[in-house]
Amino acid sequence: MANTISIILLILLGLSLVYVLVRTLKGNPIGRRIVFLYVAIAAAIPLFMDLEVPLPITTDVRNLYDALEKLPDGSKVMAAFDYDPPSAPELQPMAVAFMKYAFKRDFKIIIMGLWPQGPIQANMAIDEAMQDPEIAAKNLQYGVDYVNLGFQSGNEFVIQSMGTAFKTMFPKDYRTTPYDSIPLMRNIVNFSNIDFVMNFSSGEPGTIQWVQIAVDRFGSVLGAGNTAVQAPQVYPYLRAGQMVGLLGGMSGAAEFEKITAEKGKASTFILSQMIAHAIVIILILIGNVAYFSEKRKKK
Amino acid sequence: MRRNIPLAVTFVVGMLLIVSVFLPPIETIGEDFGVFFSIIAVFAFFLGGGNLIKVHFGKIMKKSNDWEFSLVTVVGFFAMLIIGLFKIGAPGDISTSVTAEGSYFQEMFVYLINPLQSTMYALLAFFVASASYRAFRAKNREATILLVAAFIILLGRTPLGMMLTGWIPESFSIFQVPNLAVWIMNSPNLAGQRAIMIGISLGVVAMSLRLILGIERTYLGGDDKG
Repeated sequence: MANTISIILLILLGLSLVYVLVRTLKGNPIGRRIVFLYVAIAAAIPLFMDLEVPLPITTDVRNLYDALEKLPDGSKVMAAFDYDPPSAPELQPMAVAFMKYAFKRDFKIIIMGLWPQGPIQANMAIDEAMQDPEIAAKNLQYGVDYVNLGFQSGNEFVIQSMGTAFKTMFPKDYRTTPYDSIPLMRNIVNFSNIDFVMNFSSGEPGTIQWVQIAVDRFGSVLGAGNTAVQAPQVYPYLRAGQMVGLLGGMSGAAEFEKITAEKGKASTFILSQMIAHAIVIILILIGNVAYFSEKRKKK
Repeated sequence: MRRNIPLAVTFVVGMLLIVSVFLPPIETIGEDFGVFFSIIAVFAFFLGGGNLIKVHFGKIMKKSNDWEFSLVTVVGFFAMLIIGLFKIGAPGDISTSVTAEGSYFQEMFVYLINPLQSTMYALLAFFVASASYRAFRAKNREATILLVAAFIILLGRTPLGMMLTGWIPESFSIFQVPNLAVWIMNSPNLAGQRAIMIGISLGVVAMSLRLILGIERTYLGGDDKG
């Protein structure tokens, strides 16, 4: 029922855009508040829909997934959360899907953040992942199966110091437990004891610093999830083979959810993004049609 | 003297860090210097906080335009500071984590900062759409290329691209919008990003050398004359 109503609303939205085109051609473009309304409707309607849309898995996402699949169960994985709430709509679904996948594979997860809000975002992702019945049944223990080392200031210098010993930068974890008292960390000294590093990043410090120091200097294997804005900046590192894969923006998150069979928020949000993108494209086309029509009239 | 000492410190530290990369016995010296960075960063927090208070407190006292917003800023700043410093609401004593479950700091993050920051960022979508409708025109060749590339990325990064062009046979799959989007990211974008990156890196090397050798002295304040 919700799907039918949503589709009818979208058709009405499409028809109203024809009216906007006619109006714009007559030299009477719509105001910005109407544009805002279109974007709001376009973003909101798909949240109530449950449509199956074709979503091909890109090579970058598949490569990341394949690299994770090659890790033996119980591998030690570092998850670096370098983002804050503004980027959460794109990065949080990736983080949740990653946590679910990692917990189901019994990976031992070590969380940290170069952004103050990062470790809190990590906790939120863990809480959401823990609601999965399969993960809840595992009765995972903090400090044994996963640990949150918290935030440390110092940007890339933090990663550099961790190359020698994690303990120098994180003498205590997020819950103020001393490093040596955390069972999971007892045999972990530095990056040489970590099998995989996954970085969720929306800027600097973030993926670029992880590549430059953790990968180049200490030989870590790195995968990353970036916002759509940041993703193009890390392509040089990705193509140079310094990263095993990349989840870029909402589509990357949705693809990761699809390939790991962990359907979550990104699979819904991608519909919103799809309709919003379509509206933006149509509005740009209408604007251009009006522009050229006016230009021709002047000639 | 006031200038020579900082210049000497810059030269010695700069040379030492460069040399340390090539000399294994002192290769960890960079990490030791990283500690100085963290210490200086702490002072930056104090400076930032002090400056924020100075600017907004001044506006409140003078009742300048929109001083009410400054009041909200100052109240918010002190509220978070006090709640964080004294770990109000956190279970246990003062040694408990500031973000422990139940602490007001954590609650304020989850229920105030998180939605407010997300809302601010989400507003961009509305402004981008409005600006695109009014100003994104194919006025010349460059603008047209930009427009076409934008359309391909906008369509290719959502399922819409596949819905519109999925019917194209496999032998011509490069013309499917998602594949065109991948090509744009992997070729023109990659080339541009590499060019920018190499350019910036060369600039950083040149500027670093100018600083180490004492040619660039503007960071000392005042004019360039030693």
